[in-house]
Amino acid sequence: MSGPLLNLPAIRAIYRFEMARTFRTLAESILSPVLTTSLYFIVFGAAIGSRMGEVGGVGYGAFIIPGLVMLSLLNESISNAAFGIFMPKWSGTIYELLSAPVSFVEIVLGYVGAAATKSVLLGVLILATARVFVPYEIAHPVWMVCFLALTSVTFSLFGFIIGLWADDFQKLQIVPLMVITPLTFLGGAFYSINMLPPPWQTITLFNPVVYLVSAFRWSFYGIADVNVVVSAGMTLAFLALCLGVVWWIFRSGYRLRT
Amino acid sequence: MAVPVSSPAHPDIAPIVAITGLDKTYASGRQALKRIDLEIRRGEIFALLGPNGAGKTTLINIVCGIVRPSAGTVLADGHDVIRDYRAARAKIGLVPQELSTDAFETVWATLRFSRGLFGKAPDPAHLERVLRELSLWDRKDAKILTLSGGMKRRVLIAKALAHEPTILFLDEPTAGVDVELRHDMWQMVRRLRDSGVTIILTTHYIEEAEEMADRVGVIRSGELILVEDKATLMRKLGRKQLTLSLRTPLPRVPDALAGYPLELSTDGATLVYTFDARSGQGDLAALLRRLAEHGIDFHDLHTQESSLEDIFVSLVRAGA
Ligand SMILES: Nc1ncnc2c1ncn2[C@@H]1O[C@H](COP(=O)(O)OP(=O)(O)OP(=O)(O)O)[C@@H](O)[C@H]1O
Ligand SMILES: [Mg+2]
Repeated sequence: MSGPLLNLPAIRAIYRFEMARTFRTLAESILSPVLTTSLYFIVFGAAIGSRMGEVGGVGYGAFIIPGLVMLSLLNESISNAAFGIFMPKWSGTIYELLSAPVSFVEIVLGYVGAAATKSVLLGVLILATARVFVPYEIAHPVWMVCFLALTSVTFSLFGFIIGLWADDFQKLQIVPLMVITPLTFLGGAFYSINMLPPPWQTITLFNPVVYLVSAFRWSFYGIADVNVVVSAGMTLAFLALCLGVVWWIFRSGYRLRT
Repeated sequence: MAVPVSSPAHPDIAPIVAITGLDKTYASGRQALKRIDLEIRRGEIFALLGPNGAGKTTLINIVCGIVRPSAGTVLADGHDVIRDYRAARAKIGLVPQELSTDAFETVWATLRFSRGLFGKAPDPAHLERVLRELSLWDRKDAKILTLSGGMKRRVLIAKALAHEPTILFLDEPTAGVDVELRHDMWQMVRRLRDSGVTIILTTHYIEEAEEMADRVGVIRSGELILVEDKATLMRKLGRKQLTLSLRTPLPRVPDALAGYPLELSTDGATLVYTFDARSGQGDLAALLRRLAEHGIDFHDLHTQESSLEDIFVSLVRAGA
């Protein structure tokens, strides 16, 4: 009607605000996931991995790298984006966002964009850390980056929804803890689903994380548990679902506007 | 010119905020606003008064886009606050009642954020002016959590002014602010008004409304029970009191004066006469003559006007 269709300064303001928060809490946001991953490599890669055979022609240490990156990426994307939008709700500063000339598009681009950026940075950092422990090659670097970005965006969006939904700290943590952690551990980060007995192979296909890990691993070594096109399709479908939910939340004012 | 100096707004100019048939029932079933119709004039200072829970914040939050109305429309400078929210909200600044701030941000960063959020290009010079105006310039690099409550309140005001709004809502801006600072704030609000900003404020300090407002609205249990020029209101509803210090104490009010609303103090030394300000002074002269006739002499007298506070209290009590 009047004014620009998209409030670009607002997106920039939210993005900058969120990135500043990240750098303020550099230790928790970057160092701790890197440390955790290093521990995984020491335990699974070096200690146990040296006694394990190859999986699909790849050494065990290298095999688990894509899965480990996904593990951190999922957790960090969700908790980061959830926290980012939960905090203003909790502290009351959300009033400013609600009274500003912005639609959900600007809010989502700002918050989810910042959370996803952080996740991508984190993923790169973990890959660099992994290089210290295990030599590995990336067969399809462009696809690798695409999957990294797609996963970061999708799960940041998912985290954003959790942050909108949560009205206390417990709810903020319950989904990552009760749903995401089991799904990631059972998502084939540490094994190929071909190693499972047949009924479990089928059940596992209901776990969305399987697709993420599988596609990501394919971009490294060209091996996949599930067809990479199917995996990409599933991730995109989940992204679309999250977008729909966010759109509905803002339209209905659910938990934002009384 | 008959236009009172305290009211620069001319009623014939289109209102800057037009509220029609506004209803709000919260999900809890609580009806917070009942068919509110209100027009705010361009360039005025409007004070919204009402007891706790009357619906002041609800009304403000609907105009600002934080609460959804159940029915009715709100136009801000001609823009519907729902259908044309971008244009409407860009004009509005809000200082909320609650002291909600980002603890770890610096004052400067939070102001820059606010300006950006409202779609404005960076303008450090403007932000500096705002901070200086609010005596916050020397704290611009301080983290907000290190500021006192009164300073945080001013940070919220600065944030609301960061995008140069033409309509400013102040929801209890001086709660928890010391006396000196409160006067500074009044000064600042007047300067803002002089620069063309329309100001709508709520307050529990009636003296604040009395001091600042061009017009006053009183809201009670979600209903707007009165909207009036402050001066008219004080004239119409204000009461006067005449206090006489008697030369010789009286045991009781003489029967001959029973027709007058007179009150005698317990020691019999002061006589208080309460009358409507609008009923003119003729009454008063008559009373004084009657007193002289009855040999009641006094050595001092003074009259006193009731404050907006008295008016307010009687209004709110009336319907309770
Ligand atoms: N989010 C909400 N959900 C349900 N009821 C609410 C909500 N917010 C306010 N109310 C109710 O609506 C009524 C009006 O509240 P409001 O905050 O507008 O009053 P107020 O005039 O600003 O009061 P105060 O002077 O205490 O700030 C109150 O009865 C309050 O309990
Ligand atoms: Mg209030």
